[in-house]
Amino acid sequence: MQELSPTAFVVFAAVKVIAVFSVILLAVAYMTLAERRVSAFIQDRLGPNRVGPFGLLQPIADGIKNILKEETLPATANRFFFILAPALSVTPALVTFAVIPFAAPLPTRWGVVDMIVADLPIGLLYVLALASLGVYGLFLAGWSSNNKYALLGGVRSSAQMISYEVALGLSLIPVLILAGNVTLTEIVWQQQQLGLWYAVPLSLAFILFVVSSFAETNRLPFDLPEAESELITGYHTEYSAMKFSMFFIAEYSHILTASALMATLFLGGWSVPFWDGDHMFWYEGALISGFAETGEPILASPAWWKTLVTFLAFAVKTSFFVLVFIWVRWTLPRFRYDQVMHLGWKVMLPTALAYVMLVAITVLALDQLGVEGLLFGLALTAVSALATIVFVFFVDRDRIITGAAAPRDRSISGSTMHPATPTERLATPVVAARLEGE
Amino acid sequence: MAATVKVMRRPSEGSSSYLRATLKGMAITFKHMINPTKVTLEYPEERPEISPRWRGTHVMETHADGRPKCVACGLCPTVCPANCIRLVGGEDDMGNRYPIVYEIDEFRCIFCGMCQEVCPVEAIHVGVHFENSEYTRERFVYDLDRLMAQDHPSTLLWDPSDPVSE
Repeated sequence: MQELSPTAFVVFAAVKVIAVFSVILLAVAYMTLAERRVSAFIQDRLGPNRVGPFGLLQPIADGIKNILKEETLPATANRFFFILAPALSVTPALVTFAVIPFAAPLPTRWGVVDMIVADLPIGLLYVLALASLGVYGLFLAGWSSNNKYALLGGVRSSAQMISYEVALGLSLIPVLILAGNVTLTEIVWQQQQLGLWYAVPLSLAFILFVVSSFAETNRLPFDLPEAESELITGYHTEYSAMKFSMFFIAEYSHILTASALMATLFLGGWSVPFWDGDHMFWYEGALISGFAETGEPILASPAWWKTLVTFLAFAVKTSFFVLVFIWVRWTLPRFRYDQVMHLGWKVMLPTALAYVMLVAITVLALDQLGVEGLLFGLALTAVSALATIVFVFFVDRDRIITGAAAPRDRSISGSTMHPATPTERLATPVVAARLEGE
Repeated sequence: MAATVKVMRRPSEGSSSYLRATLKGMAITFKHMINPTKVTLEYPEERPEISPRWRGTHVMETHADGRPKCVACGLCPTVCPANCIRLVGGEDDMGNRYPIVYEIDEFRCIFCGMCQEVCPVEAIHVGVHFENSEYTRERFVYDLDRLMAQDHPSTLLWDPSDPVSE
């Protein structure tokens, strides 16, 4: 199996860009429907089921509605940034998908085609860089609307995304320590070689990554930038029609990308569990499926059906996380702002830091002891499981949300609030002081 | 007089967490998500069961030969608290009184059912029917022909000697 010629590479790259772009937009459209149906099911309702069978044409109806609606432009808005902001928020969300491998390489007459838009050597760093760009769209939308609620939403989004970026980045470092590379194809390959998905040996990193991803995508319980009840949908208050739709497309493509990332980094990407036939990796110009005992690479045998099966595996894993995103949204109420900051800086960040140290020390110790293969993975699993138990049962406790209006130490007991007799009523300090004043 | 105060206990501190509480909540929502019994009534296909004592759109009872049972006594416009019944009575050669004009404005009607209670010949009834939407306001004034053409059952009125309608 040989690599592609330059011409074929360009042609296939163009085809892949168009295909991935269309699939993402289609998936985003149907995620809006999934969100509405799942939310309805959770609330014992039915959801939109009128347009087409099971409501499957609803996204199309919504799209037509949004295109036909009037575009409003507030008189006091900064016109340039107001129009730029939706584009700025939707672009990074869509292009992040470029570095995520979505299936095993596909053999064609012209060579083996990688099922990834761009296998960048800086894979994960590219994802992190573009994920942080998303905040510009949100903040510019809030600022350029010239609306106090929109501005507050923008300020919140930037504060929140910057806070959780730290925990997000730190939760990825254990993955990088284990994989030894930042390209996502290699991370998938290393998981196949280890025989364990990283969610198992790096369980705490997985939890931290999922939680920070929720904050990064501005989903509930971290949807403070939108906050319908207090900021009338925050940064996109002033937007209408397709520009409003753009923010929705951006939000859902962020969710899709985050889900695909979780699947790739922690659930083995496109690899099918308990099956060696899909192990494929480019090693010194050849597609290999592993190494023999002697260290000789074994050539892989790609096939179109393997590509299909691995793509299905990837789709199932990604949709699972999309479902989790929706499921959590309709379970939890929104955090208060101080709670978001508390969780980000006082819980997530120290935990992530400590966990990076723990994983680094464990990996170093295991390397020194010469432990390799599955045993290495199991040893790390045990250490991580211990860390997860400590986190879930000891670090993450006493977090009940106290009422903001009446903290316990200042609460008024029933007897002083409602004295039984008029004499007692007069005897309370407040009344006595008032009587003395008169 | 001492006011009764209901003391709401706030959940005590130190009993929960972010993560475990979230998972607990997700278990509850999952049970609802897979629960097939939904509260939604898919209206045009499924219809609500309404009580036989429902007081809805009026029905004018007719004789076998198609004449209205109404004798134009004038009791229903008199008793009507919403003043929504307009009646102009006439008399034929035999001396029988009959309604020349009998109109009910279903918009003004409060569906109290007093017209049915007061009617001495059991001609006007409120009916077990609720779907009376129209495109114009004028269409809500039902004339005699339209009242006679209604084919839904009329309401069972509450009988004090038989409180549960047995």
